[in-house]
Amino acid sequence: MTDNLRKVVIDNVEIDVDPAFTIMQACEKMSKEIPRFCYHERLSIAGNCRMCLVEVVGGPPKPMASCALQIKDLRPGPNGEPPIIKTNSPMVKKAREGVMEFLLINHPLDCPICDQGGECDLQDQALSYGVDFSRYREPKRAALDVNLGPLVETNMTRCISCTRCVRFITEVAGVPEMGQIGRGESSEITSYLGQTLTSELQGNIIDLCPVGALTSKPYAFSARPWELIKTNTIDVMDALGSNIRVDSKGKRIMRIIPRNHDGINEEWLSDKSRFMWDGLSRQRLDKPYIRNISGRLEETTWDLAFNAISDKCLPAAKILAISGDLVSAETLYAAKKLVNSLKGRTECRIGDSYLPPRDRAAYVGTAHIGGIDVAEQIFLIGTNPRLEAPVLNARIRRAWLRGAEIKLVGEPVSLTYEYQYLGPKLKDLDKLSSNFLKANQLKNSLIILGQGALLGQDGPDILHAVKDFKEKTNSELLTLHVAASKVGAMDLNFVCDMGYHSSIKWSDVVLNLGVDDYEIPKGPFVIYQGSHGDRGAERADIILPGCAFTEESGTFVNTEGRPQMAFKACETVGDARENWAILRALSDRLNVPFSFNSFEELRTQLFHDKPQLGAMDEVPTNSWKPSEKFSKKCLEKNLNTVFKDHYLTNAIARSSVLLAELSKNNNKVNSKKGLKVT
Amino acid sequence: MLRRLDKKQPLNFKFSAKNLAWAKKQILNYPKGRKQSAVIPLLFRVQEQEGWVSKPAIEVVAKMLDMAPVRVFEVASFYFMFHLSPVGSVAHIQVCGTTPCMLRGSDGLIRQCKAKISKKPMEIAHDGKISWEEVECLGACSNAPLVQIGSDYYEDLDEESFTKIVTDLISGRKSVPGSQTKRFSSEPIENLTTLGTKAEEARNASVELFINSSIKEKGPKTKRSLVSKKDAPNA
Repeated sequence: MTDNLRKVVIDNVEIDVDPAFTIMQACEKMSKEIPRFCYHERLSIAGNCRMCLVEVVGGPPKPMASCALQIKDLRPGPNGEPPIIKTNSPMVKKAREGVMEFLLINHPLDCPICDQGGECDLQDQALSYGVDFSRYREPKRAALDVNLGPLVETNMTRCISCTRCVRFITEVAGVPEMGQIGRGESSEITSYLGQTLTSELQGNIIDLCPVGALTSKPYAFSARPWELIKTNTIDVMDALGSNIRVDSKGKRIMRIIPRNHDGINEEWLSDKSRFMWDGLSRQRLDKPYIRNISGRLEETTWDLAFNAISDKCLPAAKILAISGDLVSAETLYAAKKLVNSLKGRTECRIGDSYLPPRDRAAYVGTAHIGGIDVAEQIFLIGTNPRLEAPVLNARIRRAWLRGAEIKLVGEPVSLTYEYQYLGPKLKDLDKLSSNFLKANQLKNSLIILGQGALLGQDGPDILHAVKDFKEKTNSELLTLHVAASKVGAMDLNFVCDMGYHSSIKWSDVVLNLGVDDYEIPKGPFVIYQGSHGDRGAERADIILPGCAFTEESGTFVNTEGRPQMAFKACETVGDARENWAILRALSDRLNVPFSFNSFEELRTQLFHDKPQLGAMDEVPTNSWKPSEKFSKKCLEKNLNTVFKDHYLTNAIARSSVLLAELSKNNNKVNSKKGLKVT
Repeated sequence: MLRRLDKKQPLNFKFSAKNLAWAKKQILNYPKGRKQSAVIPLLFRVQEQEGWVSKPAIEVVAKMLDMAPVRVFEVASFYFMFHLSPVGSVAHIQVCGTTPCMLRGSDGLIRQCKAKISKKPMEIAHDGKISWEEVECLGACSNAPLVQIGSDYYEDLDEESFTKIVTDLISGRKSVPGSQTKRFSSEPIENLTTLGTKAEEARNASVELFINSSIKEKGPKTKRSLVSKKDAPNA
């Protein structure tokens, strides 16, 4: 491309640009600001708002929409001079004023009661490019609001028909349920016959909407953007590590919105991650609890709780620390240190799913998330990416739109793209002809291995069978996790060779760091350290209230092995303490004091011990360990997916009233629809 | 005016065997993967069959073309030529009300519609037989004012001739379309100026087509019956 640049003159400055660029892209390259409403760089070009008009000298004597005109389509001057574009000529200024006046004709003047106020593209651009008066005296148009469900509030009278939401729902989310009906002045954005949206990415249309037509229902009228404290952090609702911004006001989190990260979530966020914040203030553990003689949990003090723990642990008890889904690497590091010095065991592979310790190329994989963008062939094995990582699923959909072939082994699930269903067992991979495998060797091929495939005793065998398939097809491997803490825990080797089931039988005391999804059998004394009073806390003998992920700093390694730092966004509740500090205090009581006294010291030690965790936002290359022999029996097993209910997968999500409602709606829709396979 | 789907919807829609075969053939007109280009022909065939485009019909068409129903609905709601609510079973009269027709007296036609059919457009009157609406330019301004009924144009109308057409329709007969002042097409009303000779045929091709198809259709089953030849203005 570089040898094929074209010269253009933008505002008297000559530059060389790729002829495939649009005028808008070329202007952006020169840091010229072009106002726009309908144009969005991750959506198709619609060209219907006309706000991005520029003057093309020598072209038709009218302003041109810069978002939809490519540099290669510009005519040179009479003597072959480069085309001239003006972005701030009188013609452009007048054109923009005219467009803005038309947009404002039917736009209500209700900014004081509009949630978009303060972060509204229309407000900002009316200020910069509009005129300060209105010539319009006629009645304004009004539109009926549509009910899009519990997440997206609509005020359709404010709509300027940019169709970003329609394009997002159709192109990215892949569930075409919104449209623009009617024509001209009376056209309206609506969902098909007033149905509510079902996409698990629908919250993004709130961000996309340049005006206040689509706003967040849960956030409605609760804050103004300028009074929010904004904290850039990392999401833990899935293992993707989506970049988010947590907006808080005082002690409360008001909303969560995505930040752009091209390698992970681009600028999207799944609804579960975006709307789970009401779960952060419900069902919280704000005091230590202890189980009394009558078997009931009662409030206690930190001191008494620690006393009880040291009574249980000091006479050389067998301690097992288990890690839940939302625990930061620092907490795990401290817990491992504590348990190791007491000669205990650690385990993060709760339940049955198998991951090989010390084989990073298998438990993380060899591919980046960005590898999906170049893959020509994607194998999904035992996974339902739509539920396990909706944002990743949008990326797979884009690969499919680009022409990549998708094949699935495992449960036939409903995805947002077509795939070839091979069958429920690994054996079904044999259906692929040898010619196909040969051709695939040369292709850019990717295997996405779900945690569901590794469930059960056959886990190790299945993993080696998949590794074998990876070698046979010359694919990259991406192990798709569902727990934000899992890769970090595996990196810290938070495992024991005996596995979870035999360890739990072996143990006298279990230090449960937020494991809620698996019941701990009767027998061991359970110390639950976590933020929410969920299933894990019910089984506990002692509860130590810890911070949720938004209340303390922490490192999380995402499913592709990229360490990222989460930051404290707001204060915690009640007597809850930072998780590392609880463990630090506990280590004193158990006479094995840690060598670090502050979080910074802990982090320095951690990064010293595990340098790869300190390399923030970098995805290291993992060296491949060849597959070993596996028993052929595992090929006959039906592979499952891990999630049955996408919206209720962890303690925070289960505490959220909103996600409970989504889950209910979703189950209703699914039971009506049934599964669809193509 | 934003039109919405009628509140009362039929339970289902099915193409007749003949129309289904036709629709499948239409789809083949477009390259592979471009099936959705057939959406307008198919919707029009739906309308010819049922008189209007219903929700189940939209969904049937969407399924045939691998489209999301909302995409088909967008098309159907965009074009005013698609009726989203039921129209008269015998005739739906579309009166052109754009400037040339208005200057030539389309107001009178609309007045007659209100008097003879229903006070408001899109209301079905006379046992569900007839309805009317005002439409934008039908593109035959030289024969203004005119109305469109089904696929036929009734041109050079005045209140009297239009009333007759309507009364005929109410009694279940369909008049011969074309110019109602015995013009062949849009030649000058008095003397020919440019092309000196009159056409040899008695009627123009579209009127001929109407008469031929009406003869074919004639039979006890059809609702339509032709106005007897001597009544027909052009015969």
